[in-house]
Amino acid sequence: MTAVLTAGRLLGAGHPDLRGHDTAHGPLPRLPHDVLIGVVRDAGLTGHGGAGFPTHVKLAAVRGHAGGRRPPVVVGNGAEGEPGSAKDRTLLARAPHLVLDGLQLAAAAVGAAKAHLYVRPASAGPLARAVRERRAAGRDPVPVVVHQAQEAFLSGEESAVVSVLSGGRAVPRDKLRRVTESGVGGAPTLVQNVETLAQLALVARHGADWFRRSRTFLATVTGPVGRPGVYEVPHGVALTALLAAAGGPVAAPRAVLVGGFHGAWVPAAAVDVPMSREGLAPYGASPGAGVVIPLAAGECGLARTARIVGYLAGAGAKQCGPCLNGLPRLAATMAALARMEGDPSLPAGVARLAALVRGRGACGHPDGTVRLIRSAMTVFADDVTAHLHGSCLDGARP
Amino acid sequence: MTRLHVDWTACQGRGHCTELLPELLAPDEWGYPRSTDDTKEPAVPVALLPHARRAVRHCPRLALHLVGP
Repeated sequence: MTAVLTAGRLLGAGHPDLRGHDTAHGPLPRLPHDVLIGVVRDAGLTGHGGAGFPTHVKLAAVRGHAGGRRPPVVVGNGAEGEPGSAKDRTLLARAPHLVLDGLQLAAAAVGAAKAHLYVRPASAGPLARAVRERRAAGRDPVPVVVHQAQEAFLSGEESAVVSVLSGGRAVPRDKLRRVTESGVGGAPTLVQNVETLAQLALVARHGADWFRRSRTFLATVTGPVGRPGVYEVPHGVALTALLAAAGGPVAAPRAVLVGGFHGAWVPAAAVDVPMSREGLAPYGASPGAGVVIPLAAGECGLARTARIVGYLAGAGAKQCGPCLNGLPRLAATMAALARMEGDPSLPAGVARLAALVRGRGACGHPDGTVRLIRSAMTVFADDVTAHLHGSCLDGARP
Repeated sequence: MTRLHVDWTACQGRGHCTELLPELLAPDEWGYPRSTDDTKEPAVPVALLPHARRAVRHCPRLALHLVGP
């Protein structure tokens, strides 16, 4: 996958070594923690790992627990388990020091004594070198440890990251106590996606007003486009413009999957929609971690969705009953629909199973899977009707 | 309002809670508790609090919790 850079400070001004980074970005300002959290709030920074949670709320929550027995811990999350996503590893390769700046800022904001980076194995070596380079330059007040993440869909789930760094398995934990209160080794823990940390380093340098005007994000465009890759584009860019930046779809797609495998299909008629939370909300979608995958010409949306649901059913942590039992059943029902089995009860079966698993697990895996399925049943409603009558609008044969 | 929280990583669908608290929890087709009002963490009316506490105490997996005031 080739990364093509467009306007923006994340990748556009990125430099893998410290001297180049300093030249491009200038010194990192030191702000009192309450000032920094206020700037982050005014900037409107939200998480880039998928959930889009307001960053200042998390920072304030962890800071609020800073007076306890264990000092807070910060974790930069670059596990990037989403198969369609490559933006975190690209950012870590091109601008590691922006991420490491953000990690130090986050540590200062919450009063942390220790920082971790949890990244894919291929990113770990170069990142450890960047950490040593900064240590030699006396740059980082809070020590940073680099860890290799498992390459699995759920490995980057916040509580799964905390579990691994606490010596446990890479599976999500129950959320009765939030990780902001009790995370790594029982310490209040801030887990932030690595792009969010890089964004934080820009917010601290340039301020809230600049960020609101010049805000960009990283998107990974994969599938049938001219130049698949990672793109830095303005916040709220039209989905069509993002696809055009990636060389455009090879043929006009009937729908585009936005937000990755836990995302939603945006129908062809709506591809002018802005890539923002508000813009995508009517389609049940959100930018998520910025993954965009157009449907190929002649590809059946139901068949594609059924394959993804099959993958998701296998990618679960196998620990929560409703998800463990329900996702394989959902996958089988979607597969039967995709195969054009003429059973008219299939759509009702999909709806019933979706309602049965939603909200019933330790993490967002069942809910994300249901989001994808419900959007497919809506966007490909005509295909559902055709399939029940033994034909496919995209010419597939049973 | 006090709510019921299921730790899904611990629950194995033993069915004690659905027996003791049928007003709020019913078994799904695999035996795991499903809130009768289909909410993620069902609210516990004051009149049912003693029953809810008993269900929490009797869960052999310690998977059922009361949360909130």
